[in-house]
Amino acid sequence: MARFAVIRFPGTNCERETVRVLREVLEQSVDEPLWHADPRPLDEYDCVILPGGFAHGDHLRAGAIARFSAIMADVERYAARGGLVLGICNGFQVLLEAGLLPGAMLRNATLQFRGAWVHCRVERTDSPFTAACQPGQVLRLPIAHGEGSYAVAGPEDLERLERAGAVLLRYSDPAGAVTAAANPNGSLGNIAGITNPRGNVFGLMPHPERACESLLGSVDGMPLLRSIVQHVTTERGEASVTRELSPAC
Amino acid sequence: MLSATVAAPVSGRWRYPVAQIRQFGLLEPEYAQAVERLGREPNLVELGILGAMWSEHCGYKHSRRLLKLLPTTGPRVLQGPGENAGAVSIGDGLAVALKMESHNHPSAVEPVQGAATGVGGILRDIFTMGARPVAILDSLRFGDPSDHRTPHLVDGVIAGIAFYGNCIGVPTVGGEISFDPSYTGNPLVNAMCVGVLPADRLTRAAASGPGNPLILVGADTGRDGIQGAAFASNDDPRASHRGVIQVGNPFLEKLLLEACLELIERGGVLAMQDLGAAGLTSSSVEMAARGGLGVEIDVQQVPRRETGMNAFEVMLSESQERMLVLVERGQEAGLMDHFAHWGLHAAVIGSITADGTIRIRDGAETVAELPIPLLADDVPAYALRPERPATVMDCTGLDVPSGLDLSHALLSLLGSPNLCSRAYAFVQYDSTVQANTAFGPGEGAAALIRVEGTHKGLAISTDCNPRYMRLDPRRGAQQAVAEAARNVACVGAEPIAVTDCLNFGNPEKPEVAWQLSEAVHGLAEACRALDVPIVSGNVSLYNETAGLGAIAPTPAVGLVGLIEPIEDRVGIGFHEGDAVVLLGQPVDTLSTGELRAVVLGDERGPFPRLDLAAERRLGDLLRSLAQARRVRSAQDVSDGGLAIAVAECALASNVGCRLKSEVLRADGGPVAALFSEDQGRAVVGCLVSEAPAVLAAAVAAGVPARVIGHAGGTRLVAPGLLDVPLAAARAAHESGFARLLGHTGTRV
Repeated sequence: MARFAVIRFPGTNCERETVRVLREVLEQSVDEPLWHADPRPLDEYDCVILPGGFAHGDHLRAGAIARFSAIMADVERYAARGGLVLGICNGFQVLLEAGLLPGAMLRNATLQFRGAWVHCRVERTDSPFTAACQPGQVLRLPIAHGEGSYAVAGPEDLERLERAGAVLLRYSDPAGAVTAAANPNGSLGNIAGITNPRGNVFGLMPHPERACESLLGSVDGMPLLRSIVQHVTTERGEASVTRELSPAC
Repeated sequence: MLSATVAAPVSGRWRYPVAQIRQFGLLEPEYAQAVERLGREPNLVELGILGAMWSEHCGYKHSRRLLKLLPTTGPRVLQGPGENAGAVSIGDGLAVALKMESHNHPSAVEPVQGAATGVGGILRDIFTMGARPVAILDSLRFGDPSDHRTPHLVDGVIAGIAFYGNCIGVPTVGGEISFDPSYTGNPLVNAMCVGVLPADRLTRAAASGPGNPLILVGADTGRDGIQGAAFASNDDPRASHRGVIQVGNPFLEKLLLEACLELIERGGVLAMQDLGAAGLTSSSVEMAARGGLGVEIDVQQVPRRETGMNAFEVMLSESQERMLVLVERGQEAGLMDHFAHWGLHAAVIGSITADGTIRIRDGAETVAELPIPLLADDVPAYALRPERPATVMDCTGLDVPSGLDLSHALLSLLGSPNLCSRAYAFVQYDSTVQANTAFGPGEGAAALIRVEGTHKGLAISTDCNPRYMRLDPRRGAQQAVAEAARNVACVGAEPIAVTDCLNFGNPEKPEVAWQLSEAVHGLAEACRALDVPIVSGNVSLYNETAGLGAIAPTPAVGLVGLIEPIEDRVGIGFHEGDAVVLLGQPVDTLSTGELRAVVLGDERGPFPRLDLAAERRLGDLLRSLAQARRVRSAQDVSDGGLAIAVAECALASNVGCRLKSEVLRADGGPVAALFSEDQGRAVVGCLVSEAPAVLAAAVAAGVPARVIGHAGGTRLVAPGLLDVPLAAARAAHESGFARLLGHTGTRV
């Protein structure tokens, strides 16, 4: 079993379902969300999650204010020591602003919020965040964001990211072809999720926590979240306790 | 009782010119009545309070008597009309709160903020009750798509809903968008919210305990929206709202939501009331009135966002994201700490009194003093003077056209304003936040939300068809209830509660009074027939524009159904190979509807057949089929008729359909069979092996049923009548909305 921390900023709005899914569907240990203004060591946790939402109303720019929250210094220390940090949607944006992941988010190419079900291809399965996925697996996941167009400063930066294998998820069609039509927001290289050079911080725009029950239309979020559990338990030398995927209904 | 007729102004009789009295929303006889009751003339602050509380918006002057006709009770009802929202039990100690409200006039002037604050207001109505909002639906009406204002209004309203709902983290899961020329000067933005709460946490807004402190929390008070309630009861939106538009801050409301729910969970809240129309005035007066008490407020204690505001402005500001909380004396300090944790400004602004008076102080000086009963109970009530207009259409005996190209007609309809895909709007909304959305937009005949921690589901639908309303407001209102009930029945749910939003023109006009009266009778009749109570609602009158007249009467119905277990739910998408069964009475002629309006260019036609007893039998049948898991898809037949229902089922899952032409040729002929909008019908899909059982169940339930075809392939076909590739149908359906707004394909 892995122990998760979920951070709550003012304006975070996905912390309740993130906690619920980890507890009830993945049967993991999760504390009540940690308040942004209360600094605390995070070493007791196996993984720290920055969930989706509109931290501080996304005023100024998504994540721009949240990165200054007291608890972010703890998150940075935790990541520097190799702890697993997952940022989902707004959490991803906060990680970018905090410099824990490379690049930046621009407004969607349509200049509109986009809520939709998209397909993402898993690019690597040797990461703690994708180890339970199949190579090249295509996941059907929901997105819901207005600033999700992933960008870097120039082509050489993108080239560097690609060479380093930083891209873990890419928007694709249902068959796994990475096409412009499958790109919902104008992200460079159809990037939906990236990891840092050390591989212990991962940010993605789609919401895996909304796709863990067949009742809700998809269970494709499960392999991503199970990857973390699998990694933690394997590292610890425990037998993997992750159960086979059994849709809730 | 007063007469609505305006008496000739008697100059010099009052301390205010009659024009000024009117400006405050009062007719001169109303003012005279107030003076008589008060025994003196009100000062300016008092006049402002009086005008707001006696406005149609707050006081329901023209609709109060009629609304008493509505059935509001039932075994599930925990809270009927009169509070911030209605509430019904869903068993196991849980309750659902629901409410729909209009924000029409503000949206006509500033569509983004008008719609955004409409969503913000309805959310507050729900969490004030102690319920966590779990779904938003929007019933939107716009004018002629070719009018130059329409695209601006449509895009603005959608953007406003997205701006507010997405940020606060409540999924927008459904609703409707319809176009009708009557809304050209006066769009309708009706927002509905549904919340879930433990029944024992139901919080009301009745004052108790004289001496208890009144705490105002949330946004600081500014000069925005001053006198909005009085102005909303005028009949030219563009003339009325300039400069009084409120601006929404969903981030602040999110903090307020979490802080209030946490507070209610902790206990100790005696009453909670959000500040909406008429701001601090109506919220404090209503709270005091419900408790039969009084209230005293010192405006100097109200946190302001700008300097120099006087008592009048503070009392009538409609600044958003504010809440009034009443607790026991001595609890103030703890409450302040709680709100400070959430970064919210809170202040004790006054207290409850025993003397049945609202007393406003500006520091040491008393600036207003009015009896609560004058404001809450003595609101003038007008008897409507309904007259059936001579212009009501007689549409009996119209021909059913022959020689139509049915494939072309289907494609035209699929791309037409009222039937094309609403994905243009829905992709701008977050419909999956909270991870409880079982059916988002277009997935089921109604939206479906799982109740967290249970196997219960809430099916939700909003409905009203302005064309039917224009033809026959009584049967039109019945149809709105019937269609909403049918939609939730298709999902497999039982209707448990209705909220409504009555949008009409100026009720002082006899024909509008007739529409209003007929519609309320129709709503009452349908709710009784389908055994579902109306637990909350809102009335929006004076929806007229100079030169353009009144809107089509629009009693928007929001209905919530309960399904348990939710795993029995049925979506609309066809499954390959399924038998397609039509439930309901065969048609005999082509009713009014989209085919007549869009393809034939003349909407006149008979009112669609509507039989409330048959609707009830159909609903029971659909639920029993879902529970027995005999059907794999279900969609109601409504706007556009059978052809559109079948096309929607096919497009939802990308599975075509082959219809039996001989069945369509019988009865009223293929045109009527495919495009009539007769009510009380649904299309279900089931395994071929299950079809006999489905037909037998229908016979047993007293519902006519026939296999009309089979699902499969990549076309919509009725041999010899119709043949449309699914890809062409999809192209027409999905490009329609952007095209009618004159946008290029790059927007979506």
